[in-house]
Amino acid sequence: MTSEGWIGKPVTRVEDARLLTGRGTYIDDLPMPHAHHAAIVRSPYAHARILGYDVRAALAMPGVVGVVTGADVAAKTKPFAVGVTSPVHYYCTATDKARFVGEPVAVVVARDRYTAEDAAELVQVDYEPLPAVVDPERALDADAPVLHEKVGTNLANHRRLVYGDPDRAFAEAEVVIRERFRFPKIGSTPIETYGIVARWDPIDEVLTIWANFMGPFIMHPLTARVLGLPENRMRLIVPQDIGGSFGIKTSMFPYIALIGLTAMTTGVTVKWIEDRREHLLASSSGTDRVAYRELAAKKDGTILGMRFRWYDNVGGYIRSPEPGCSYRPLGNYVGPYRFQHLEVEASTVMTNKSLTGPNRGYACGHLYFESERMVDLLAEKLGMDPVAVRKKNLIATDAFPYRTPTGGLYDSGDYAGAFDRALEMARYDELRREQAKARAAGRYVGIGIALAVDPSVSNMGYVATALDPQFRAKPEYLAKSGAMEAATVKVDPLGRVTAILGTTPQGQGHQTIVSQIVAHELGLTPRDVTVVDEMDTFTRIWSISSGTYSSRFGSVGTSATALAARKLRTKLVEYGAHLMSLPVDEVEWREGAVRAKSGKGASYTIKDLAGRGHWNTESLPEGIEAGLQATAVFHFDVAKAVDEHDRVNSSNTYGFIAEVMAVEVDPRTGAVKILRYVTVHDAGTIINPLIVEGQIYGGALHGLGGALYEDMQYDADGQCLTATFMDYLVPTACEAPTIDIAHVSSPSPLTTLGSKGLGESGTMTVPAVVANAVSDALAPIGVRINELPINPSALWARIHQAGGPDMAPRTPHSLGASRETRDAPRSAG
Amino acid sequence: MSEPVTVRLTVNGVAHEGRCEPRKLLVDFIREDLGLTGTHVGCEHGICGACTVLINGEAARSCLMLAVQANGAEIATVEGLATGGTLHPLQEAFREHHGLQCGFCTPGMLMTALDLLRVNPQPTEAEIREGISAVLCRCTGYHGIVKAVEAAAKVLVPAKRV
Ligand code: FES
Ligand code: FES
Repeated sequence: MTSEGWIGKPVTRVEDARLLTGRGTYIDDLPMPHAHHAAIVRSPYAHARILGYDVRAALAMPGVVGVVTGADVAAKTKPFAVGVTSPVHYYCTATDKARFVGEPVAVVVARDRYTAEDAAELVQVDYEPLPAVVDPERALDADAPVLHEKVGTNLANHRRLVYGDPDRAFAEAEVVIRERFRFPKIGSTPIETYGIVARWDPIDEVLTIWANFMGPFIMHPLTARVLGLPENRMRLIVPQDIGGSFGIKTSMFPYIALIGLTAMTTGVTVKWIEDRREHLLASSSGTDRVAYRELAAKKDGTILGMRFRWYDNVGGYIRSPEPGCSYRPLGNYVGPYRFQHLEVEASTVMTNKSLTGPNRGYACGHLYFESERMVDLLAEKLGMDPVAVRKKNLIATDAFPYRTPTGGLYDSGDYAGAFDRALEMARYDELRREQAKARAAGRYVGIGIALAVDPSVSNMGYVATALDPQFRAKPEYLAKSGAMEAATVKVDPLGRVTAILGTTPQGQGHQTIVSQIVAHELGLTPRDVTVVDEMDTFTRIWSISSGTYSSRFGSVGTSATALAARKLRTKLVEYGAHLMSLPVDEVEWREGAVRAKSGKGASYTIKDLAGRGHWNTESLPEGIEAGLQATAVFHFDVAKAVDEHDRVNSSNTYGFIAEVMAVEVDPRTGAVKILRYVTVHDAGTIINPLIVEGQIYGGALHGLGGALYEDMQYDADGQCLTATFMDYLVPTACEAPTIDIAHVSSPSPLTTLGSKGLGESGTMTVPAVVANAVSDALAPIGVRINELPINPSALWARIHQAGGPDMAPRTPHSLGASRETRDAPRSAG
Repeated sequence: MSEPVTVRLTVNGVAHEGRCEPRKLLVDFIREDLGLTGTHVGCEHGICGACTVLINGEAARSCLMLAVQANGAEIATVEGLATGGTLHPLQEAFREHHGLQCGFCTPGMLMTALDLLRVNPQPTEAEIREGISAVLCRCTGYHGIVKAVEAAAKVLVPAKRV
């Protein structure tokens, strides 16, 4: 295979053989001789003052080596830095008060997990229960219980951001649309839960942590600071295999501090593997949000401006990187549309629910659910087709690179082309005709559309939008920006190639992708390349933005890999030219070897060069660094700090998604059946279509979970009602749709290979497309979706309230492959 | 805490004997006492299916059983599927059709699919979906898994006739 061969090939994954044979190395599989086990005591109350602890009975149990309580945490650690200026003291356990059900209050360490769990039950915590609040709007009422007395209110952060002249846009509008939306609290629930092992070496004073942590590694310095350790005394190692993450494993850093402290206090190696109940009660989720939206438009459908008013519920404490829930999509707030005037009022509210953080599609599922519903409401009001309204407002193909009013820099795209492709694939006009027929026959068939700009590789700088510009203007304020990744490619003494990265893949097949890129650049086959992709803060090159989150690998990891391989190739070419006694410009790298352009004379393969370069350094040209390796650090120079007008390029590459979905609603049951689902993606250059397809399918099902089933529910007292997989409904294979997928490609001018991330994909669009399709289906009876999930009982109630159409039983029809949604919790069988 | 008991069972054709507390879960016994970490734990309450193994030939959740209850049983885990360096046709199909991403559900998914194909060697797509709905996967959207099981059924059925 020539060096042109490996980009875009559906190469099967190198990871699979070990994972299929049970030989993966996940956190719980690491051999840890003499490890003791931790069990965490958690608050049964949503809100309670902690009056004291009695740990005597637990300590007296044979096999127990120690107990750490919130009192120890308060005495021995610092609170975590939070991303806002309110004085929220967030420690790795509750200290003064518990603020959500499941909040850690103490840890017991024992010789095995069974004993630790028994002893945890003997820990007595004296609580004074307090009234709780779970609704983000209610939490802002003057008489609502206040979670943090020092803050004095439940409002953790508030910003009003203005771009252009929204007041004028609304004054000049011919049509104004207003709507209120609710987005549920959902967690992507990776099948592998959190896991941590901590070992403290009191002589060298090094704390070694193994954790299935996905990054960003900004959490490493933050956690070291909490424990009072210099960063180079806290070694964080991520095992080779992580059992899924989807943003959720970003938020395990408080447990890294807690288990680290427990190891330092007890002196034994401590292992903690979270169980599912703990995960559902107290790991992380996206925010539930109440949104008030306004849209100003002209009668011809031109959108002039929008207003967003958000109440994002971050639970008991605001935990970094929140309030990213409001600001992560800042650069793409306007989505794929041209309008220039926008006002955003973002309130981040603390209530007695579990804490939040990144969850696949971080804040974009919320954003596009609201925006795309608003565009449909505009179409409805104007009596226009939703396709026509969107086309009227799309950013033109010749406008790229496009600077959005909020500071985003859309690097490339052909939104109209991708949208047309989706409409063609869905046979949109025909679908509308079929819908008309179905309606005439009394059926509730609807067609939904959703468009989304898909941001990848977040620029760390966006988080500072939470701070107001006056604060950011102070001389002592340190600006933030950036997105970087490093890769090393080396040739061993016998000519074998190894690539080394410190990313933290959770199923995205980085080893495969890296082997393809290196093979592509060096004229090898992927099987020739060994890829070591394991994070170890002591040995890898990393920075605060490192990690595998925000769909970054497809842009930044691939770029670093390609650059390192090219750097190595340049070195090999120089070396080969020297051996051939030719000027560098008379030789080239062709088919895996340095060859004279003239085609005459000797050629040198990697093996030939390794045989000389390693074994006889005298043969190297003067001035060249010894050793056959190259390291490249790639970073985006479009990642800048937020400016004084609150504009920031919050991501670095921006893809595009266009979706069309047809559904049928059964008015007797409220069940939603997907009849057709088309998705078109533009992620620039695709390196491995097999892996890309897998990401699209997985993202779409996460999106569908949030749209139709998933909801972390709490009662008014703050008790979590969904602490098992019996209650928190995750889609099974029976609910998973078949998807028609296509790609268009607008290569990114900013990445080495033109690729962009797409790992979050359908989580951003599916809530919107389902809501639009169901609203369209029920348009004849005036039911519009402004709340998710659209579970059958909620929908049935809405249909009923609307006067319920004909409730007579009828035979379901079908427009194509389809599946009924599930109505009841599945059985345990 | 009660006195340890002796558990004797066969895993992937190899006889094992161990001593553990009567309350020890079978999955913990397999992972910790026998060192076979291919079988995973995703919920410990019988829903996710990651811990599925075959017990006397039938799929069962090893997190819902005590090790003592499996005394005398023949157990098959994911480690026993490949022979030598050769993947089982089902494993091969999972690789070919991208039936796994993080791989955490995969052992349970493979053992469940194996049981499905034993009971119903030529399942329809709907039957495959129904059959594997006993295992949750958060990565794949199930598409690659369904394709893989379909493909494996095609390979395995003629092989059986020979
Ligand atoms: S771990 Fe056994 S079913 Fe989830
Ligand atoms: S492959 Fe990750 S859960 Fe199935």
